[in-house]
Amino acid sequence: MHARSLELIGLSKSFGEFVALDQASMRVRAGTFHALMGENGAGKSTLVKCVIGYQAPSSGDLLVDDKQVSFDNPQKAHRAGIGMVYQRFTLAENMSVAENIVLTRDPMPKIVNWREELRALSSFMDKMPFRVPLQATVHNLSAGEKQKLEILRQLYLGRRLLFLDEPTSVLTPSEADEVLGLLHKLTRAGELTVLIITHKFREVSAFADHVTILRRGRVVGDGPRESMSIAEMSRLMVGEQSVRSPAPRSERADAPVGIEIRDLHVSDDSGVAAVRGLSLAVRAGEILGIAGVSGNGQRELVEAIGGQRRYASGTVQVAGQAFVPTRRSLDALRMRVIPEIPLENACVPRMSVRENLALRSYDKPPISSGMFMSRRKLEAQVDPLITRFAIKAPSPAAPIAALSGGNIQRTVLARELSEPCSVLIAVNPCFGLDFAAAGEIRAQIMDARNQGAAVLFISEDLDELLQLSDRLSVISDGVLVSEHDPRTVDLAVIGAHMAGHGHSPAA
Amino acid sequence: MNSEAIGLWGIPLAMLGGMIRASTPYLFVSLGETLTERSGRVNLGLEGTLLLGAVSAYGVAFHSGSPWLGVLAAFGCGLGFGALHAILCARPRVNHIAVGIALMLFGTGLAFYLGKPLVQPQAPNLPALSLGDFSDQPAVREALRVNPLFLVGVALAPALAWALRSTQLGLILRLTGESEDAALALGYNVQRVRLLATMLGGGLSGIGGAFLSLYYPGIWSEGLSSGQGLIAVSLVIFARWNPNHCLYASLIYGAAGSLGSALQSAGIAVSHHLLAATPAALTLLIMLITCSPDRPAQGVPRELSLGM
Repeated sequence: MHARSLELIGLSKSFGEFVALDQASMRVRAGTFHALMGENGAGKSTLVKCVIGYQAPSSGDLLVDDKQVSFDNPQKAHRAGIGMVYQRFTLAENMSVAENIVLTRDPMPKIVNWREELRALSSFMDKMPFRVPLQATVHNLSAGEKQKLEILRQLYLGRRLLFLDEPTSVLTPSEADEVLGLLHKLTRAGELTVLIITHKFREVSAFADHVTILRRGRVVGDGPRESMSIAEMSRLMVGEQSVRSPAPRSERADAPVGIEIRDLHVSDDSGVAAVRGLSLAVRAGEILGIAGVSGNGQRELVEAIGGQRRYASGTVQVAGQAFVPTRRSLDALRMRVIPEIPLENACVPRMSVRENLALRSYDKPPISSGMFMSRRKLEAQVDPLITRFAIKAPSPAAPIAALSGGNIQRTVLARELSEPCSVLIAVNPCFGLDFAAAGEIRAQIMDARNQGAAVLFISEDLDELLQLSDRLSVISDGVLVSEHDPRTVDLAVIGAHMAGHGHSPAA
Repeated sequence: MNSEAIGLWGIPLAMLGGMIRASTPYLFVSLGETLTERSGRVNLGLEGTLLLGAVSAYGVAFHSGSPWLGVLAAFGCGLGFGALHAILCARPRVNHIAVGIALMLFGTGLAFYLGKPLVQPQAPNLPALSLGDFSDQPAVREALRVNPLFLVGVALAPALAWALRSTQLGLILRLTGESEDAALALGYNVQRVRLLATMLGGGLSGIGGAFLSLYYPGIWSEGLSSGQGLIAVSLVIFARWNPNHCLYASLIYGAAGSLGSALQSAGIAVSHHLLAATPAALTLLIMLITCSPDRPAQGVPRELSLGM
């Protein structure tokens, strides 16, 4: 068993008028760790999906181990030893870890002997540097564990060529190193070839042998990693477009408290306490950053503040008054929430971009008078936002679900931040976005702060937390366990608090 | 029926017998619907399938003289009706709830039409096994006259639970119900899996219908089902999509359904119409108790999009 090589010659894929992949050619040598980089919508995911047979390429040739192949469904690729870890989880949530692994076996046994399967699986897990509990139901796993399961599953199946689509976006930096380190070791042993899609230069510098860069469906850069500097890689990815950096901080002392939470207790879906006596206060013109591994109560906290989840006890005060989360008071207090996964949590996916932009304003003058809404006034009101926030949409009438992740997030920001706000709550607003989009969104959040908003900024990305926060707290197991000055704090200290070790080891 | 000899003991005994008789249609329909829903689709048309199964079983049994051929015909009818549902739902932008309601009405209407000439004649009924011969109490003997289909259903529940856990087909069926994306990524044909699951679900419901017309009450009439197919669909939610729980839930519903006749047999007079509503009231009550805004339902197949 040996690592496979891959070569694409002139691979193209169009969706109607739109050309997602334009004559892409590249070579991935056997036993290498190959990074595929590019902005959102550059065609990276399309490229790997065409290779694996999830989508059919419009034209082009595909060579595995120098032999021409074509896969019209993923199972054929799997039989050739090629596997893929998709950007979205492909796990069955209500099934156990072991069931999820056995399901992908090929051929899958007609009748599963669970004793045998579990024995084989646990001896496999013993050889891995990290493990996932086999009997656990997937929906009880953290996002990081799910991602590890996706990868372990591919390794268990003995893949010789593995595609990974942004596999580390839900992992902490140390988890990412663990996972990528394992894959890297397997490439060195000549057992595996890796083609990884990533935005993270840190990972590319640490692990990749070779880099290919796509822009608008074309290969615009290709070469050994040593031959390309980070600056050059980002120039190739972004093209001539510039990345906006946040405005400098404006200082103000003794601003009033914008939002204050005292002793909040919230349960999760299964009734277990997720937020356990959490207290915090954010002043106007201040960003309080909250770091933490996902699944430590962040989601429940934000849902409780925003009125999507009942809380057992505690108080939430906005502008000095007890806060009742109704549409009216959100408006009166100018409080805005940017939840994570905006398409699911902040949009109506099948409504148009225009309608989604008007969700805050459609029932008020000038768009509505009395019971009647004017389409014409709605368009006049929201269409300028599309240009102002540089939302790229096929048309303002296109359903928002058809937009890329960055443009969906821009639409939500345009709706929430087009008018000054006094309290802003943002959760992982840059998750999965490329750095041009992420830079824009971070700059918007800093602008809101400089205009006097109290910002509660919850993120799993330490770099952006350090960049934006005035104060930085760590959430662990439903409480804030520490507070730091982001200008002076040591990453190792934050990491130790995130991992739940109250006192850092070697700080 | 002679129940004076054992006094009030007659009530639980009659309920036991009633439970065994009345639970069988619930059991078959809910097991079938569990399969269908675990594959990610709801078939609300099972009420129609149940009646169609009942009428085809009755007709075939009447003309052939063999009640077991009738059961087979009901199964075949159910398979066909399930296939119709699955094929319609596989069309783009077709809603499975709407198709289900349409098929429920269509199936009911078709069954009434086909059943017109069958109201009068008496078809041969399914035989019963007398498991109560050890007792000299007629009430005990009566309660333990058990139809073989009930025993088949009782065996089927754990068999299906095992199949969903430990066979290739069962795991793939659950996968399509959990995540269409994941099933596609593994190269499975989601529509084909759902076609099979819906057909099987229809087939089992057809057998439930055959039980109604060929055993209890053992006649064909338009009021034969009175919503049992629909109640069985809601029972699946109560049973949390678990075949073994379907068995327990069906027994509870069967017992509730036979409360009226049990009380009557003991000489206690209660309004017949009020008691006929017991299973429906029980459904509402159970839904109220088990559903909570703070705890989204556990075990719901994710592709089902029931909004829970």
